[in-house]
Amino acid sequence: MTFNGIKQMASETKLPLHEAALVAELSETGNNPEETRAQLGEFLRVILEESEKQYGKVQETLTGLTGTNAKKVYDRGVLYHSPFTHVAIVASLSICESNASMGRVVACPTAGASGVIPGVFYALAKENEIPFDHLLPGYILASAIGNVIATKATLAGAAGGCQAEIGSAAAMAAGALAYLSGGDAEMVDSAAALVLKSLLGLVCDPVGGFVEVPCVKRNAIAVTAAISAAELALSGVSSVIPFDETVDAMRRIGRTLPMELRETGLGGLATTPTAKKAVDRILTRFQKS
Amino acid sequence: MSLLDVGGPVMIGPSSSHTLGALRIGRFGNYFLGKTPDKAEFFLHQSFGQTYMGHGTDRALLGGVMGFGDADRAVKNAFALALSRGLDFSFQQEDLGEVHPNTVKMLLYDGAMPQEIWASSVGAGMIRIIKINGVDCDLSGAYPTLILVNKDTPRALGMILEKIDANVANLYLRRINKLLAKALTIVELDSDLTLRSLLEIKSLSVIQEAYYVKSLSAPIQGKGGEGR
Repeated sequence: MTFNGIKQMASETKLPLHEAALVAELSETGNNPEETRAQLGEFLRVILEESEKQYGKVQETLTGLTGTNAKKVYDRGVLYHSPFTHVAIVASLSICESNASMGRVVACPTAGASGVIPGVFYALAKENEIPFDHLLPGYILASAIGNVIATKATLAGAAGGCQAEIGSAAAMAAGALAYLSGGDAEMVDSAAALVLKSLLGLVCDPVGGFVEVPCVKRNAIAVTAAISAAELALSGVSSVIPFDETVDAMRRIGRTLPMELRETGLGGLATTPTAKKAVDRILTRFQKS
Repeated sequence: MSLLDVGGPVMIGPSSSHTLGALRIGRFGNYFLGKTPDKAEFFLHQSFGQTYMGHGTDRALLGGVMGFGDADRAVKNAFALALSRGLDFSFQQEDLGEVHPNTVKMLLYDGAMPQEIWASSVGAGMIRIIKINGVDCDLSGAYPTLILVNKDTPRALGMILEKIDANVANLYLRRINKLLAKALTIVELDSDLTLRSLLEIKSLSVIQEAYYVKSLSAPIQGKGGEGR
């Protein structure tokens, strides 16, 4: 599946972009469009439920390195961002801190990057009061954008670094936001490409190998990047490099990343003095319990 | 990949490889026994062994052994729930040799003799069962699976296949011991066997041991944990 392929099918059949993605899915996997739509709807429902439930809450995470950040940002309220982006940031932190405390999440596209999509969709539901049925086409399209990346490259940090997880999540969120805001196919392409280009090369270097530092806060920063990219694209700013080619570049970059920077905990932030001290502290605490 | 692989699944965090995969491995053990064991001993290899506490791999394995589903909130409280259900458990690190970094050996007791299952979590929540009671295999757990130890004699396979009333997706055969004339037959099916078919297979003269493991993606029966 390529994004160009979906765009072409949409223009030939006069179908909306997300419907074209469902048809492309049918022709590639044989999956029934109505069943796919219903199942994706279930995933979106869980995302909105969990965002509502965990919003701004303190969580007791497995390592204790995170867990209070969503509440801090929620309590402080809007500073520089719009209320929309503020809600997106809080929802994103809330989901990721819930994930780190063995809460229920939707691994869209992965568990480690599971906060970006909820950020955008919960803000649309809560702040802009977009009803569920109008959000679902955006979730279908986000999944299709992710599937383009999975087909051409990878969604796994262990294979392609964090660009493949958070980068992909941000591209999916930006594309969906542009689409749900009335953007045409070229705007969706640009929104996804613009944010992915900004996150290319991002490495996967979590402290101790655990899904907490820097993953939780990276989700929150990425959701603002996704919103920025959608805003640029909707204003008519186009990406010079189209989305499909950006994904090809991501694949090539991922292949040249050394093993130390692909979810092994052996490079980058994971090897800083503070990270090493934190891991020692965590392991001591585990041994006591 | 499909749209559904990207848009989901719903799971208990924090990691699809270290938590979801572990939960599914444990659940395979539950389905293999057909019940929650009295005692479960887990031996964790490499990455599983080094990071299991920070990923909740231990709670996930234990929750799985109790039959909890992929998104059951009770996984978080698996230690307390295991104790209250009389399930004794232990975790330790062990070098399991040349296997995937995320591999676990499980000894599951229902009575004195344990069932020994080796399994790897290979990414995105997918698992491979690589050894059962000392015999190498390669199962995904995604299909209803019939695992048979049978006499290594002519027409044994034909007799088994004759009784199977579901479509066969994959079929594996391996000789366990030529001297004892024992063979392993693993049949992955597209749909569940009828009880009648299973009983007929179990009563065949060539069958020495028979296990029927339902698909990991089958709907969870009973109440599972308490947190759904």
